[in-house]
Amino acid sequence: MTTKMFGEPIARVEDDRLVRGHGAYLDDLGHDALAAAFVRSPHAHAEVLDIDVTGALEVEGLLAIYTYEDLPDRLAEPLPLLIPHPSLTHGRTQYALARDVVNHVGEPIVMVVARDRYLAEDAAERIIVSYRPLPAVVGIDAARAAEHLVHPDVPGNVAANMMQRVGDVDAALRNAPHVLELDLSIERSASTPMEGRGVLARWDPESHRLRLWTSTQTSTGVRAAVAAKLGLALVDVDVITPDVGGGFGVKIMHPWPEEVLVPWSAQLLGQPVKFVEDRREHFISSAHERAQQHHVRVGFDDEGQLLGLDVRFWHDHGAYIPYGLIVPIITSTQLVGPYKPGAYRVEFDSLYTNTVIVTPYRGAGRPQGVFVMERTMDAIAAELGLDRTVVRERNFIRPDEMPYDHGLVFQDGRPLIYDSGDYPTSLEKLKKLVGWDDFAAVRDAARAEGRRVGIGLACYVEGTGVGPYEGGHVVVEPSGKVKVATGLTSQGQGHQTVFAQIVADELGVPMADIEVVTGDTRRFGYAVGTFASRAAVMSGSAIHLAARAAREKALKVAADALEADPDDLEIVDGIVRVVGVPGAEISLGTVAVLSNPLRYAFDDAAKAATQFAVGDTGKPPVPEDEEPGIEGRDYFSPMQSTFASGMHAVVVETDPDTAEIKILRYCVVHDCGLLINPRIVEGQIHGGVAQGVGGALYERMAYDEAGQLQNASFMDFLMPYVSEVPERIEIDHLETPSPLNPLGIKGAGEAGVIPGAAAFAAAIEDAEGFPITAMPISPSELFELRRLHSKGLST
Amino acid sequence: MADEEHFDVQLVVNGAAHNVRVPARRLLSDCIRHDLRLTGTHVGCEHGVCGACTVLVDGVAMRSCLLLAVSVDGSRITTVEGLTERDGTLSPVQQAFEDCHGLQCGFCTPGFLTTITAGLRTNPDPTQDEARDLIGGNLCRCTGYQNIVKSVLRAAEIERERAAP
Ligand code: FES
Ligand code: FES
Repeated sequence: MTTKMFGEPIARVEDDRLVRGHGAYLDDLGHDALAAAFVRSPHAHAEVLDIDVTGALEVEGLLAIYTYEDLPDRLAEPLPLLIPHPSLTHGRTQYALARDVVNHVGEPIVMVVARDRYLAEDAAERIIVSYRPLPAVVGIDAARAAEHLVHPDVPGNVAANMMQRVGDVDAALRNAPHVLELDLSIERSASTPMEGRGVLARWDPESHRLRLWTSTQTSTGVRAAVAAKLGLALVDVDVITPDVGGGFGVKIMHPWPEEVLVPWSAQLLGQPVKFVEDRREHFISSAHERAQQHHVRVGFDDEGQLLGLDVRFWHDHGAYIPYGLIVPIITSTQLVGPYKPGAYRVEFDSLYTNTVIVTPYRGAGRPQGVFVMERTMDAIAAELGLDRTVVRERNFIRPDEMPYDHGLVFQDGRPLIYDSGDYPTSLEKLKKLVGWDDFAAVRDAARAEGRRVGIGLACYVEGTGVGPYEGGHVVVEPSGKVKVATGLTSQGQGHQTVFAQIVADELGVPMADIEVVTGDTRRFGYAVGTFASRAAVMSGSAIHLAARAAREKALKVAADALEADPDDLEIVDGIVRVVGVPGAEISLGTVAVLSNPLRYAFDDAAKAATQFAVGDTGKPPVPEDEEPGIEGRDYFSPMQSTFASGMHAVVVETDPDTAEIKILRYCVVHDCGLLINPRIVEGQIHGGVAQGVGGALYERMAYDEAGQLQNASFMDFLMPYVSEVPERIEIDHLETPSPLNPLGIKGAGEAGVIPGAAAFAAAIEDAEGFPITAMPISPSELFELRRLHSKGLST
Repeated sequence: MADEEHFDVQLVVNGAAHNVRVPARRLLSDCIRHDLRLTGTHVGCEHGVCGACTVLVDGVAMRSCLLLAVSVDGSRITTVEGLTERDGTLSPVQQAFEDCHGLQCGFCTPGFLTTITAGLRTNPDPTQDEARDLIGGNLCRCTGYQNIVKSVLRAAEIERERAAP
């Protein structure tokens, strides 16, 4: 019997190529391509008065310079607003090249194409743009004050105001025995993959075909956008996702200006053109996330049970809003976490600022929501003098209340209904793992030695595997090898491995015989993309269904050949055999040959399928309602998302003198349904936790008042090195299957980052004894807080 | 503007001699990647902070984005492609990354592999703390470093296993 692959922590099939240095990332392709560089705005807000390119013209190797004036028809229109929403009343998006106003530092104004990137930058440097600077709106306070406007026709800088409510929150708060108010805020951070954005385009005039490689999280999305912008038929555009050096959300945004400009210029110049973003460009011209301010009013009883929760928040979405309201809607809905909030009202403004746009970064609005809810839970516990886990426990949705309908609308436009989960058991596991009940003694002992240690925990629920759909295609080659394709893309999650595991189980073929291709529109044209922890759930399920269809077909053809009943067959190691009849067997490759009635023999295997060799002359060679080949194609489109959950606990020590924050323990209990490959899931958690540490203690976008990003390099933006992450991340799993897909799985990609800021804030608060209400927190900020609190000046 | 002045540079990369003609400002990283087309060496920042571009120059781990090709004329360079043994066997460090799930997107990986290879030559039997120190200057956004530290320790173990008679 072939070992079941689902659930096995096997090594990844991707790695051999990558560790040899044989990966093919965007900039590893197109050595013969021309290079594009961009003149970008040095101002956060300015009118563009004049562009003088004279100085650039003499640069050797210059091919072309483009400004807004050069853009034809559809390219001259603003880039698409990808996700419209009725509440998004004032949506504005940028032009591919700035028209007459720039709205953030880094906005592209001129595109230069030259023989190589050095020369393109030489030319870009010689282009003189004259500006009339305008007042910049930077940060949520300035946006709310609206003393200046980002877009003159958007009053109050408000793109959208949206409210959702369940029950009568005003009455609930009026009647609650206890009411607390909290102000909480989180700063900007960003996905910051090690590889930035990049795009390479090749136009073939003879076949009238565009081939585009882009470092994206959605090849089909880019294809649709580029085809529309360039007026091409979808079938004339191939988009191929090469190896991608990390995404974490930023590469789901599309089309970037460069993604439409590069193919357009390749078409005009008749030569391949490539753009590869450098690190500074990534900081100032891709996307950020996270910045929000919240005001919370919460009502609860003497037991700590929530009666009403009223959340008003402000979301900074940057200069434009191409990705719509996804991030703040996720915050609004996922804020409630594993709890029953009582009456709930949440209202937000999504605000323009003269800074880089905001699109989802791993966690996508959830870290903020979890921070707000978990800080609220801790505040309730402090107010009532209860253990923090007890307050949580009292508000949990119980397993027997599943499925649980919150009465809210989720980011996919569907009702927010949790499908399954066991929060009390997760909490029990976490308490045990971290030693919660014994911690008071640890803290006291440390205090006695003059040390400050603290523990914090945070719980989250994460809607994963959002729709609309994904598809899978599985075909058995005459060689017996199995080729699998799905349309969504990979950025290091190990999809080739886990999808092959799913196919191996269904088709009974060895892993080595399965090859999986993702994100190539030539192989699979219908897809949505890789975001919202959806790849395993959506494409995994679709591939499972496609493999099942291929299996059924194979068994039917084999049953004919073996003169057996399909129900008596099994497939083991690529051989179809009659159970219990030794020797009655046929290889899957031969089955593939037989399934495709041939006229021509091209090798020995094919001979078996030619017209004088097989077939019942009384029937058509391909039976009615059948197709040649052992092939399966299927789609998975669930009614709604599936909800994963988890809880993290962290123990920190803060230095009494320097206020440095040291991580002593980091514990995770994680429930993403059944695990396809535990090793890969743990890897995802590790990476997420490190990003959570970054978001809690180090990473922020340091904009000054003029809208200059002061830390746009790896020198100044403090992304964690190994020295900043915990030495050990202790993980325990719970596997509550999802009833919503055939594999019982839930998404795992984002979870690790979600509760980080909340857990750290709680632990630092526990160590210090005063509330922590804003994240990230640096040693100097903690030092300052200590000073304020010792003087009794706290707010 | 006339074409800039070019210089002849001789490099022995992964044992093979290459003669290239490059302008003075050509970064070694670009020369390796685009002139020699050895694209295993990656560029993550081009300002010397992430370590993705690390190669061994005469055996010493260096950041190729901080070097000009002309400045290493005559050197012997090892890139990630050159770590693999001649018969195609993965080097101990490469094998360890595969064994320990030391990579996800793989973009930072070549820089870690070269750095660790050089590091283990100096300290073939690192402790956990020393393993962390050894990779302390390289950035990875995917793995949280947990399995990279494990890979360092595992690589040292494989070295020993392979050296054993
Ligand atoms: S690319 Fe050289 S150190 Fe980052
Ligand atoms: S594996 Fe992706 S950056 Fe390290």
